[in-house]
Amino acid sequence: MIALIDYGAGNLTSVRKGFAAAGAELTTPRTPADLATATAIVVPGVGHFQATTPLGGEWRDSILHALEAGAALFGICLGLQWLFDSSTEAEDVPGLGLMSGRCERLPSTVKVPHVGWNALAMTRGSRLLDRIPDGAQVYFTHSFAAPVTADCVASATHGRPFAAAVERDRVCGVQFHPEKSGEIGLQIIRNFLRLIAA
Amino acid sequence: MSTAPLSNLSKRIIACLDVRDGSVVKGVNFEGLKRAGDPAELAARYNVEGIDEVVILDVAATIQQRRALADTIRAVSSKLFIPLAVGGGIRSEADADAVIEAGADKVSLNSAPLAEPQLLTRLAGRYGSQAVVVAIDAKRENGRYAVFSRSGTTPARRDAVEWAKEAEARGAGEILLTSIDRDGTRAGFDCEMTAAVSSAVAIPVIASGGAGTFDHFLDVFTAGAADAALAASIFHYSEHAVSDLKKFLRDAGVAVRLVS
Repeated sequence: MIALIDYGAGNLTSVRKGFAAAGAELTTPRTPADLATATAIVVPGVGHFQATTPLGGEWRDSILHALEAGAALFGICLGLQWLFDSSTEAEDVPGLGLMSGRCERLPSTVKVPHVGWNALAMTRGSRLLDRIPDGAQVYFTHSFAAPVTADCVASATHGRPFAAAVERDRVCGVQFHPEKSGEIGLQIIRNFLRLIAA
Repeated sequence: MSTAPLSNLSKRIIACLDVRDGSVVKGVNFEGLKRAGDPAELAARYNVEGIDEVVILDVAATIQQRRALADTIRAVSSKLFIPLAVGGGIRSEADADAVIEAGADKVSLNSAPLAEPQLLTRLAGRYGSQAVVVAIDAKRENGRYAVFSRSGTTPARRDAVEWAKEAEARGAGEILLTSIDRDGTRAGFDCEMTAAVSSAVAIPVIASGGAGTFDHFLDVFTAGAADAALAASIFHYSEHAVSDLKKFLRDAGVAVRLVS
């Protein structure tokens, strides 16, 4: 079972359609306990970091349990930011903290939100971005972003370089929307499905 | 000495499909389309060519109080894995719910927020600002840019720059700015108006109205400071208009997304 967590941050129709096009059906768990049988967990989300508040408590514990049991994790957009320690957008809301660093607003030297297609600069080899060429363009829409750290597998630049994709073991995240990034995006979803099976 | 670019963000080319009763109303005559006016087939065609985004505008909606057709949105979004915005007759949260549930990523609102600006804040709270586009139809009047509602028929007694700033403050994520003076003329975008609005807000501005040649796009991305440009009929002229336009812009030094 691939679990798509619906915590009320945005519409999930497009994410479902994207995974369906890549050949996978997503299940929305009703309770955190349902994650016990998950082979993978997708954390989507758009908007304010405050919106991740419902992911604290039981959800957080169940997600960490599932990871220990071998599940893979895929954070999309706000879901990537949530993998980190915190965000200056909502200082009192902790992230999952699997990846070190704090998300910050993109600089005001450029238009924010960052909306549109931007290029991926590969920083190291990655299973998530397997066969995705350096410079491939994907669709972003966000105002805050995670720092470029050792977990970063591709960066993008808007005002400053930020983490466009992260990967460590079976934990992945993308700041862009693979479900809205054309064939490149669908390939990234397929790569994640392959990572689950590996 | 070279300096790192501030941003590698591409300028977007957006195709607008004016739809009425489930069919694209402006002349579409591509070979190889099973049904010439089928929005899903046309959107899929543009997608292959490398269009960056699609807008479905239910052209009869505002005047006839009709809602955008959910079936059309479902059909288009099932074949399209790029952003899809829907506008025309969206007057309430329930209207927005219906099109987003059907597969739209963004809703474009024109008349309703002029009458009730708080609607923008509520929609942004519900779906995020990235899902809320404010469409502004404006024409030059006495050195100002006068906003019109209800498909350009009713003066809103607002200035486009001021309204764009208010829309941004209330939660809009993008502005779709249409020049009523230029719309349908193929005489070029209103670059002055676009630049005036684009420089006044931090959110992206999509220029619309007047596209006739590839040079017009270059102008609106440079002199007009547009973040994206929208057109309808220019893409109907030839089968490769989208990819040819993007190659033209790239060769002129504009960052665009090219698909292989």
